[in-house]
Amino acid sequence: MQEIMKQRASVLLQEGKVDRVLGWQAGVFVYDITPSVFTNAEDLDHGFVYNDFCGNNLSKYLVKESRKEGKVAVFLKPCDTYSFNQLIKENRILRDKVYVIGIECGGKADIEKIKADGIRGVTGITGEDDTYIVDTIYGSTQVSKSRVLLERCMNCKSKKHVVYDELIGDDGEVQVTDRFDMVEKLEKMSADERFEFWRGELSRCIRCNACRNVCPACTCEKCVFDNDDSGVAGKASADTFEENMYHIIRAFHVAGRCTDCGECSRVCPQNIPLHLLNRKGIKDINEYFGAFQAGEDCEAISPMTAFTKEDVEPGTLHTKGGN
Amino acid sequence: MIEETLIPKLGRVTDVRIDTPDVKTFRVVSPDGGKCFEHIPGQCAMLSIPGIGEAMFSITSSPTNTEYMEFSIKKCGCLTNWLHLMEPGQAIAIRGPYGNGFPVETDFRGKDLLFVAGGIGLAPLRSVINYVRHYRANYGTVDIVYGSRSKEDLVDYNEIIEEWSREEGVNVHLTIDRAQENWDGHVGFVPNYVKELGFDVNKTVIICGPPIMIKFTLAGLQELGFEKKQVYTTMELKMKCGVGKCGRCNIGGKYVCKDGPVFRCDQLDEMPNEY
Amino acid sequence: MRKLSLFNISKLYEMISDNKQLYLPVDNGAGQAGYKKWEYGMTMSQALNTVRSAKDFFFPQTENLVDFKMNGKNIEIIDTRSEAEDFVLFGVRACDARSFSILDKVFLSDPVDSFYKSRREHGTVITLSCTRPEETCFCTAFGIDPSNPEGDISSWIEDGDIYFEAITDKGAVLMDSFQSILDEADESAVETQKTETRKIMAKLPLADFNLDGFGDAALLEKFNSPKWAELSRTCLGCGTCTFVCPTCQCYDICDFDTGHEVKRFRCWDSCMYSDFTKMAHGNPRVTQMEKFRQRFMHKLVYFPANNNGEYGCVGCGRCLAKCPISMNIAKVAKKLGDN
Repeated sequence: MQEIMKQRASVLLQEGKVDRVLGWQAGVFVYDITPSVFTNAEDLDHGFVYNDFCGNNLSKYLVKESRKEGKVAVFLKPCDTYSFNQLIKENRILRDKVYVIGIECGGKADIEKIKADGIRGVTGITGEDDTYIVDTIYGSTQVSKSRVLLERCMNCKSKKHVVYDELIGDDGEVQVTDRFDMVEKLEKMSADERFEFWRGELSRCIRCNACRNVCPACTCEKCVFDNDDSGVAGKASADTFEENMYHIIRAFHVAGRCTDCGECSRVCPQNIPLHLLNRKGIKDINEYFGAFQAGEDCEAISPMTAFTKEDVEPGTLHTKGGN
Repeated sequence: MIEETLIPKLGRVTDVRIDTPDVKTFRVVSPDGGKCFEHIPGQCAMLSIPGIGEAMFSITSSPTNTEYMEFSIKKCGCLTNWLHLMEPGQAIAIRGPYGNGFPVETDFRGKDLLFVAGGIGLAPLRSVINYVRHYRANYGTVDIVYGSRSKEDLVDYNEIIEEWSREEGVNVHLTIDRAQENWDGHVGFVPNYVKELGFDVNKTVIICGPPIMIKFTLAGLQELGFEKKQVYTTMELKMKCGVGKCGRCNIGGKYVCKDGPVFRCDQLDEMPNEY
Repeated sequence: MRKLSLFNISKLYEMISDNKQLYLPVDNGAGQAGYKKWEYGMTMSQALNTVRSAKDFFFPQTENLVDFKMNGKNIEIIDTRSEAEDFVLFGVRACDARSFSILDKVFLSDPVDSFYKSRREHGTVITLSCTRPEETCFCTAFGIDPSNPEGDISSWIEDGDIYFEAITDKGAVLMDSFQSILDEADESAVETQKTETRKIMAKLPLADFNLDGFGDAALLEKFNSPKWAELSRTCLGCGTCTFVCPTCQCYDICDFDTGHEVKRFRCWDSCMYSDFTKMAHGNPRVTQMEKFRQRFMHKLVYFPANNNGEYGCVGCGRCLAKCPISMNIAKVAKKLGDN
């Protein structure tokens, strides 16, 4: 797959159809992939890689890249295409400056999950069917692929590319998933239990802002958390509760626009399951405003920005949340 | 516990003088009378109003003034806006002195000095000029080229006219950007005026003002035959700690708050160009 | 050298925490380790290192500097400092141990930072050697020996025992306080471990991490290199690297009005953040490229230039593991080092 993608990118560059290609660059180990912009075939040849560690969602970079001179080609996995559509809808990406190549994805791996069993000193990882063979300086071992997928890939919501200019490989189907299972579990907890759960998880937050900076829904030029006049800009808050509010505020800001791409949880250095906050938002929107998937297309108006007479009454929401 | 430079002292503003539409000069003393601390010309202090902000300002009065310290502050942001609304009697938090100051007792001794300033850039230089006037015998001739947008934007105008211009061995050359009715002095930008006046290269030059003024004045001086190592200037960057620890105000490996703000122009050549 | 069977380690923790607060790396339930205050029943994590480095204990994320009370035109300045309480850090790895001496160079240089100094004087560091380093480790490039960590007391775990050796006077005093439960030990097991670990370090992918051409000699050449644009292209500017890094020490000073008083505190800041150098009339570092370049130039060039060649990095590998886009100091050094 990697070679086919490399080839295609080279051809597009050579034919002058695009001026640069946004893809992934190999690192020192097999899993440290850096998103990168390639401008010629030679660079592609040396550095381009596509493997099971290419979890990065490249759509957010297009906000800046599509505003530069010339056209940019980008490789998007199915989940990435939803973010892309959403950004088109919000006028953040200029559609005609981007050439989208949809690529197949069988799920991406999480190196931390692989290492969670105490595996260290990784020198190479190769995959065969459902198994990874992990070579380390302390010996080789095997892990089951399905056990070490990224959190979001564990309940992949769609293998369908919702937008593309061309496709490498076959298109897939929207999946039936149990991605709201954990959310339901949290909903069934008592308010105190749920509070304890989130206070515990969020207590590890170091306010690094990685979640906000990687999130495709967070593209504000002046983020409220960087704005001294907003009252919530603290780099350090008066108490831990105020610290935790950062995440609640952000979840509300992206509600209705979050495509559930899962990047927030992937990048969190403290493994906080941030995606659960956003999934709760999506579940509630589905329940109260009708099934809605942000990024599915470029036209549908988000329930959060449309006011109709069929909208749920505030009173209903209040009684539900106020136990 | 031991002395902590990040914890300020109290100061009290005893006088507020309006210099220009956006510059005021504040006189600050210690609550017990006298100055809050001693300093060298060119050094700065952190002034703050708790809850509003804290910022670094150059001390415009000379250390030879034993009664008070003065700060000439331009209104351009949160804290400075608040300071401009201050009345005499207001307490402020002050800490310092910070920075390396000008080499008034070493490199400047015995030299003919040329001061070139634009707008609020006169503030740090005033500290040196008054120090030199106090210890007159230790220095050579003093030339001052000072310009601003208009007559109303000249800082310390009264002192310049009443004291500096009248002194033996001190030559003042004022200029404004555009002609106006109540001005019969020179009209033109400072860099051009410096070239027009054409100075003897046997001088030590001290420049302070907007970056673009410094850039063109330096070019003009070089045309006249001056070398970069004869020219001193002060830099300004966002500062927080004032002692080279918070990592903010560096240019390359030098911290403007601690290794500066005074630099020689040949030193600047060895530093990365990010200011 | 003396030793203790690991079966009795709880007793050791008890004895230390009777007199001082004891902190050690503990699993935090999300597959990672973090320092926690020891309570009865806690065991030390088996992880190689914690996510947040030990610098938190000497340079906390937030710290009150001074309080003010405002009353009309008057200001009252309230010094809220107090002597830090004695504490012990247990299980600190060699990389973090070295980071303390790097932070000392910043905070203990004139004028001394009294907040940091107080914590440093009241903290005793017990370090622990590494036996199974990660592929992300490259401490040896900075002259750090993971098999023989610096500290007040160094320790090695081998074959069911933990060996201790006091290195400094402060460490000797602490070791005296629990000497009674330790046994005599000969050093052979530890020496063997050291040899083995050093062999492993030589096999790591980053063992050949090369710093030739860095340090102050390279300043302008490295600064003006066109490679920065490429390296910083996809940097998110999130600041994760600066927060997990044991040697990053940039801070901000902010005022917070509680309604009763104004608290002036300092908190971690990051040169990667957009407003780090912003002034009333502009920002000298406008794009992410300038900010990205600043961080690495500081660690690889400016800091060694000002500190006798000591680099501002300890090779702990946290930035390698935690950067969302897998950019890190090793990649930067390699790219800039290539000619």
